[in-house]
Amino acid sequence: MKSLFPILTIVAAILVIWVLAVVPMNMHLTADQAQRDGLMVMPQTPAERQGYSGLGLSFANAGLIPLTYTLDRPRLPSPHQVAGEMWETIALRNVTSRQSLVYHGWVTLSATLVGFAIGTTLGILLAVGIVHNRAMDMSVMPWAIASQTIPILALAPMIIVMMGQFGIQGLLPKAVISAYLSFFPVVVGMVKGLRSPDAMQMDLLRTYYASSSQGFWKLRLPASVPYLFASFKIGISAALVGAIVAELPTGARAGFGARMLVGDQYGNPLVTWAALFAAAITAAALVAIFTAMERLTLRRMGMAAA
Amino acid sequence: MTADTVISAQGLNLTFQTNDGPVHALKDVNLDIRKGEFISFIGPSGCGKTTFLRCIAGLETPTDGTLSVNGMTPDQARRARAYGYVFQAAGLYPWRTIGGNVKLPLEIMGFSKSEQAERVARVLALVDLAGFEKKFPWQLSGGMQQRASIARALAFDADILLMDEPFGALDEIVRDHLNEQLLALWARTEKTIGFVTHSIPEAVYLSTKIVVMSPRPGRITDVIDSPLPKERPLDIRDSKEFIDIAHRVREGLRAGHVDD
Amino acid sequence: MTGPALISVLAVWVVGWFINARLAVSRMSDARIIRVLVPVIFGLTLLLIWELLVRMTGVSPIVLPPPSMIAERFANSLPILWVDFEQTIVKGAMTGYVIGMICAFAVAVLADRSDFLTRGILPVGGFMAALPIVGIAPIFVKWLGSDWESKAAVVAVMVFFPILVNIVAGLRDTSAMQRDLMRTYGAGYWQTLFKLRLPAAMPFIFNGLKIATTLALIGAIVAEFFGSPTVGMGFRISTSVGRLALDMVWAEIVVAAIAGSTLYGAVAWIEGRVTFWHPSQRK
Ligand SMILES: Nc1ncnc2c1ncn2[C@@H]1O[C@H](COP(=O)(O)OP(=O)(O)O)[C@@H](O)[C@H]1O
Ligand SMILES: [Mg+2]
Repeated sequence: MKSLFPILTIVAAILVIWVLAVVPMNMHLTADQAQRDGLMVMPQTPAERQGYSGLGLSFANAGLIPLTYTLDRPRLPSPHQVAGEMWETIALRNVTSRQSLVYHGWVTLSATLVGFAIGTTLGILLAVGIVHNRAMDMSVMPWAIASQTIPILALAPMIIVMMGQFGIQGLLPKAVISAYLSFFPVVVGMVKGLRSPDAMQMDLLRTYYASSSQGFWKLRLPASVPYLFASFKIGISAALVGAIVAELPTGARAGFGARMLVGDQYGNPLVTWAALFAAAITAAALVAIFTAMERLTLRRMGMAAA
Repeated sequence: MTADTVISAQGLNLTFQTNDGPVHALKDVNLDIRKGEFISFIGPSGCGKTTFLRCIAGLETPTDGTLSVNGMTPDQARRARAYGYVFQAAGLYPWRTIGGNVKLPLEIMGFSKSEQAERVARVLALVDLAGFEKKFPWQLSGGMQQRASIARALAFDADILLMDEPFGALDEIVRDHLNEQLLALWARTEKTIGFVTHSIPEAVYLSTKIVVMSPRPGRITDVIDSPLPKERPLDIRDSKEFIDIAHRVREGLRAGHVDD
Repeated sequence: MTGPALISVLAVWVVGWFINARLAVSRMSDARIIRVLVPVIFGLTLLLIWELLVRMTGVSPIVLPPPSMIAERFANSLPILWVDFEQTIVKGAMTGYVIGMICAFAVAVLADRSDFLTRGILPVGGFMAALPIVGIAPIFVKWLGSDWESKAAVVAVMVFFPILVNIVAGLRDTSAMQRDLMRTYGAGYWQTLFKLRLPAAMPFIFNGLKIATTLALIGAIVAEFFGSPTVGMGFRISTSVGRLALDMVWAEIVVAAIAGSTLYGAVAWIEGRVTFWHPSQRK
């Protein structure tokens, strides 16, 4: 782990910047609060204080700095507040409770996983078709590639509403969005992988008079495994983003997206921040799981050191 | 064409259509190869050596002329498992062990499990790789990988071994060693071997017949039968006969060059 | 589904597929026009089937507007679509994209002199690039207001990491041999940077820039779901969805598709000009 120390340094630097930024970001709110609590605040009226920058106000009221870290509804919560909120909503709540981030996480995660499974299965099947059928290749592949340049995530709200019109609600519409977001990267990556064997390797099989199904199972498919995992990692992050965004514009009541929205609407930034970090941790965990699976599989296949 | 002719090419022509116009890769190639011969193709790059080898194996279709292998078309011969092909790069599958790589053609051709194991062991011993069956390709040196790819070509008893610059990427010492082993292997198995090389000493040392080719259009300019005995220690390369043949090959190559 | 509808849909599919199958195996199949024609025919076939399905079956055009209705809505709403485009793509996405790109370059060049920093930035940046960063949208809307500034900020953060990672990785990509050659010339840091390492890094950098175009549009549109003035593509999509005016939603998506592929195409075009020497660009 030669990189561990550099990584920790970068993370520490980000945390320090964050902690420092809390003071100027929250100083106006802190000053208002302090004044209500009867403390001395330098420019005496809120209107005058608006003329100051956060930094300027902080210098004028250095004594209030500790209070910027303990606001109930800060503009920028400090790391310990976010951590505290997360600890409370992840560890201390019953996981079935609506207050529990575990519950909301599961709502989003289950849609993500169902959609990802559907999307990758269909994506792999289509890739196999594309590699074996020239008409399919020429018809579909340009669209699959173009789809990578288009914000297809924007379809999400409409899909929710359309499916709602047919009485389909809950997990399934979100899963559909996750599915099509993971579908295209998998198609593109898998086609690349199935085509990765070079001309020489294909020729070798021809000298054996191998059938095309033998060529598929013995050469193309194993050669595509590294590409497949690369697309899995892209696909699962896309699927998670899809599920979260699917919860936004329709007023979903559960899920990470719903939590972000609730925190936003009820002016409770800690809720939004906790949901955001929980979503980030979930994404990181999903990618980490696929990275571990990739390592294991490639090592089993003897390709790890290649 | 005699009774023991294995490969016979008559009036072979092949023209590639490319974006820069047609490329005449083979022009009027006539050649008979008898059973058990070790035949080398030598010539500057682009003279059609690879293309000719690929035609023999049915990987490329001549535009004109006839080509028969064991009295069949190359395609039929391919179906009859006539070819062991060795490329310049070993091209082993990184996800298969050495044993698994050698087993690949056997799986494709439907050999039984027990026979697969038996053959893998036998051909690996033949190329001095016994004991490396469970290793992965990247755990072996370049020379060993190339030997494994030869074992792969030998595994299913093809009677024609086609080798396209198989040792081109290896250093001279490894190459000498492999040449010696290849001759021993050839003596033991009595296969017909078609061998492409850039190296004059390699061609002379290995072959019973040397085919000199020249480019634009790719054609045969000389066919030299080697008077060297079948038994060839490495120091035969210092003998007078060896030097004479090498000289003739060099002359042939030079003549081909003056042409263009 | 009714009988005639099923038959006509099948017929369209069979005809479209038949044409493509013939074109794909024809002798001309590598020609440029065929390469363009085949996907176009495929796309038109799907549009036609969509149209037929909506017209001939009981599906309400409210729920699934047929392509003709979307085209009509598109043509009739050009002024609205244009101001939405300006608000979201030009002000939100493109401003944010440029800011994010400049920041990424600045950080990459600053960090580049230290091997220690680049070794930390690569994994952390790669990690950040995989996170659902759009989620910061509500926070930025709170901080910077609901107009395009907050959208540009979201976009800048979203594009920053993939671009940064690709620049840093690209700058590390030159071989030891090439760097030693520069040293035999007595080249200094900046000379090596501009004459060797930056040009060598261009394929990586453009890879990051291309990924970022799509992210920029996603960020700008999705951030509007959290609050926007009464203009913008994300605003239009979320309000039209609420009113079940799905033809308008589709029209905005058409705009998004055109904008996305144009931006991507523009970056790819510049890439072709800059990295003409790279194997991937040669024909
Ligand atoms: N698939 C192909 N398409 C077009 N031209 C080819 C192809 N294969 C070989 N050639 C051309 O045919 C000529 C002979 O090539 P090759 O047989 O590979 O030569 P050698 O193996 O002797 O170096 C060269 O000019 C080469 O460019
Ligand atoms: Mg060659």
